[in-house]
Amino acid sequence: MSGHTPEEIHQEVSRYLKVFGVLIIGTIVTVLASYLELPSMAPTVALALFIATIKGFFVAGYFMHLMDEKKMIYGIMGATVFFVVSLMFLTIWAMGDPPTNTIYP
Amino acid sequence: MEIPFVTEPRKDTGLYNAKVGIWLFLASEVMLFGGFFSAYILLRVGSVEGAWPMGLLNVPIGTFNTLVLIVSSVTVVLAWSALKLNQFGKYKFYQAITILCALTFIMVKSFEYRDKFTHYDVVLNNGTRVDGHLVERTDDHIVLSHPVSYPAEKGIGYRPTAIEEAKKHGHPSEEAASSDSEDHGDGHAEAHDHGHGGHGDMTIAVSDIKKMVNWGPWANTYFAIYFTMTALHALHVIGGALVIAYLWGPGAKMWKTDPERYTNRVEVSGLFWHFVDLVWIFLFPVLYLL
Repeated sequence: MSGHTPEEIHQEVSRYLKVFGVLIIGTIVTVLASYLELPSMAPTVALALFIATIKGFFVAGYFMHLMDEKKMIYGIMGATVFFVVSLMFLTIWAMGDPPTNTIYP
Repeated sequence: MEIPFVTEPRKDTGLYNAKVGIWLFLASEVMLFGGFFSAYILLRVGSVEGAWPMGLLNVPIGTFNTLVLIVSSVTVVLAWSALKLNQFGKYKFYQAITILCALTFIMVKSFEYRDKFTHYDVVLNNGTRVDGHLVERTDDHIVLSHPVSYPAEKGIGYRPTAIEEAKKHGHPSEEAASSDSEDHGDGHAEAHDHGHGGHGDMTIAVSDIKKMVNWGPWANTYFAIYFTMTALHALHVIGGALVIAYLWGPGAKMWKTDPERYTNRVEVSGLFWHFVDLVWIFLFPVLYLL
């Protein structure tokens, strides 16, 4: 990452504190959203995961400096994202034929 | 022979060795947790309608632990920034908070685990299922506190709570359950209300018990995936905290001899810590809220 002069570090510290605020608000919103009486489970899940993704973006982007990293790191993480997304697609693909009775009384 | 690029970045990549190493490691970690999340999705989708337990985890406690990890993530980056500004005292201060946050998280998690391990699911001979905290166990009987009872076919940890009960009464199931709890197992089991907001203790004769298991990972698939994912995460918290504590304590000698390399080590340990936070950001809503 860049930001090695004292001025840049001070700017980053101020950014970290803003991200901290966003994460706190995000957590509160996530909890409050879980109490919303949405018509079904699907929008509830979508909303919770959407908020979690935003929080994750801020952690990865600013705390882990992914907003301003070297190409090689992007390459490593790009490949990882590809495989994780593929894994999730496989999971969704299996939805038509999921394991049955994983929980039974 | 001296190892190259320990401190100074390679010209072509702009990265020092440890930075590449930690990101490759984090990539493998993403796949590891990705696999568990995908297993969770399939298990949940595959469960019998209404049988997946919900509302068994304490949301305020989970929220508290989420906030603890967020605070620790901030103190890690502030500590690294302090080193960049040559403020070693501030670095020590911020990382001390990080270590305290890690200890707090683990302590809270262990209380949550203890709560589950002492909570028993009891199937009675009369087809009723009761769960509650085991407070007494003798050869003749057991005593459960805060018992919740329902038909056995509802499955472990059934709570008509959040959605159905709140809609009906604006209050979850325990009161309804205590009214059920007065007569179980051919009159041998009885509920004793000790006057704590309507919650009572239930005494159950051992002869009335068909099956009894605590809410450990062996109880059912829900608890298996819950304990697997949170314990794996907790191991990461412990591992990360140990590295940060080492760098904060004995490892801090390097600050005097090679400050740049030391700062890099702190950055790398911080990247791992943020990943631990990142995983929890997804685990919390998935396990506690949905």
